[in-house]
Amino acid sequence: MNQLHTPSPKTRRYSPLREMVLVRLREFYREPEAVFWVYGFPVIMMAALGIAFRDRPIEKISVDVQAGSDAEQVVEVLSQEEVFEVAVHNEAVCRRRLRIGRSDLFVEVDGSSPRFRYHFDPTKPGSLVARNAVNDVLQRDSGREDAVAVENVEKQEPGGRYIDFLVPGLLGMGLMGGGLWGIGFVTVDLRIRRLLKRFLATPMRKTDFLAGLMISRMAFMVPEVLTMLFFGWLVFGVKIEGSLLLLTALILLGATMFAGIGLLVASRARTLEAVSGIMNLVMLPMWVMSGIFFSTDRFPDAAQPFIQALPLTALNDALRAVMLEGSGPMVIAAECMLMLAWAAGSFLLALKWFRWDN
Amino acid sequence: MPIAVRCENLRKTYSGKPPVEAVRGLDLAVESGECFGVLGPNGAGKTTTIEIMEGLLPPTSGDVEILGKRWKTAEAELRERIGISLQETRLSEKLSVSETVTLFRSFYRGGLNPAETIRRVSLEEKSKAWIRTLSGGQKQRLSVACALVGDPDLLFLDEPTTGLDPQSRREIWQIIREFRSRGRTVLLTTHYMDEAERLCDRVAIVDQGQVIALGTPRELIASVGGEHMIHITVDEDGVETGRLADSLESLPEVQGVRAEPSAIECAVTQPHSVLPRLFEMLSSHDINLTGLTTRHASLEDVFVKLTGRHLTEQETAQA
Repeated sequence: MNQLHTPSPKTRRYSPLREMVLVRLREFYREPEAVFWVYGFPVIMMAALGIAFRDRPIEKISVDVQAGSDAEQVVEVLSQEEVFEVAVHNEAVCRRRLRIGRSDLFVEVDGSSPRFRYHFDPTKPGSLVARNAVNDVLQRDSGREDAVAVENVEKQEPGGRYIDFLVPGLLGMGLMGGGLWGIGFVTVDLRIRRLLKRFLATPMRKTDFLAGLMISRMAFMVPEVLTMLFFGWLVFGVKIEGSLLLLTALILLGATMFAGIGLLVASRARTLEAVSGIMNLVMLPMWVMSGIFFSTDRFPDAAQPFIQALPLTALNDALRAVMLEGSGPMVIAAECMLMLAWAAGSFLLALKWFRWDN
Repeated sequence: MPIAVRCENLRKTYSGKPPVEAVRGLDLAVESGECFGVLGPNGAGKTTTIEIMEGLLPPTSGDVEILGKRWKTAEAELRERIGISLQETRLSEKLSVSETVTLFRSFYRGGLNPAETIRRVSLEEKSKAWIRTLSGGQKQRLSVACALVGDPDLLFLDEPTTGLDPQSRREIWQIIREFRSRGRTVLLTTHYMDEAERLCDRVAIVDQGQVIALGTPRELIASVGGEHMIHITVDEDGVETGRLADSLESLPEVQGVRAEPSAIECAVTQPHSVLPRLFEMLSSHDINLTGLTTRHASLEDVFVKLTGRHLTEQETAQA
């Protein structure tokens, strides 16, 4: 060091890890689009899906009564029940409305036996329910007595709604997307710009570089996760039943695993197109099959071994167990072992194959 | 003088069909404290050569010694002692000059203060500016700053001024001269003959992966045979031009002649005595002169003399 030209240089300590993390954070927050996609997108998605699949008030049953001598009387009886939407039409119109699904069923009032003829399509959802409900009311009106007394208890509890299922799934999806894009895309971008090679030309330790990427990824993830959990709680009342500590550990494990997979995906790619293609290839099966939007049970048994081995399936299952059922660590041990295996395997392969040059 | 960089029989063959022999038996020795230029046309193997020396590319065969050490055994130490500017590194657009230099500083155990480094490349006023807002020349100076911030003994610069305007090129030269004046060593590649001539203490001209000439710019230019070049164009397209060239070659002051169908270029020691004879010859051969220029000989002429080709296609078009 030339002391002549650097009078009293500040005896500052430079930490490569600290600088690497700072640089990544600055680059991220100076990119408003990236901030939106990471933080805004999951919330918008949650809001949209939460609204689309909200639990609606009970649907009305649309009943037509074919015009005829006693039609008015039947309309009067049915109209006493709020669940029915009753209308009178001639036979042709009744048949057409049934065919196109405007009504669930139409009642033809006949002589004394049979007194009523119900027209409906049993293959259509709701039509059988309509038939039974209409029949129930008309029978009782004609004098039928209930054999035993019954009571209906109608109740809806948080924890079993679609939104409760959805929030852990979206959290898992966010961790997957963030890990793959946040690590994979950034790494390939650095490689294309020859910055990886430029770093290699310095005494930089590769462990500092990788640790910097990981730590900055974890730092981006914290607000992402908090935003989603907070929004889910505030708007939809989604609660966390299990231990917060366990949930935090689980989220960290999931984020680390997907960071490893992101690094693996990016370990050799030389163009953004290539890495985008591989990332979509990796993420697509998990978007569909890992139970983000609907249960993995919907897939046939033959596909289950594959589905259960996917990293996102393990994460989503464990997140739901902790968030919805309040499960403890022993319950999710198998999922955690699988995630650890994915994390360790992907990091080892990524480091083995990693290409610094382009 | 101790040797800063030594290459012996360096070879690099890129596998492929057919394999590309980028470097074929290259020898170099750069002395400590000098500014050494590797001059050659695009595709001569300059970048491959410098990246092998920088320890970024393994040679197919041959031996490299940097500051008396070898990459295999002393990589960590060498990385601390050398500074590198690669061709076409794109630094992060949304980081400031000072943030970027500080990042690079953090990689080194010892080194300069980032602010001092930024001052050395005259970017103080841009210190807080994002890299996105810098001009090409400023970006290149920043790239050099990132190479300087570890306070290296040896600086490698791969085509440091390619694509820059004349003013920016001079600014880079100034930074390199200042670094050299501290007793440090510089090895740079370039395809600009003026850069090699003005900046470098010694120059190796490389072509097709080999050193074809080595020496100070003055020695190399002297090897053309004359310090001056006379270039004429004529209203002829062949036979008469050749005869004129033969006549010129017989003059004692003419050291070399290169004839094209309607142009002749000759290296001469004393233009004032050659020119009157030239005019006599033109009238006796009954040739019309359409153009005449004289200039000092350059490294370009050395390259042309050795290979029959020009350094860059652009300069061919101008010639």
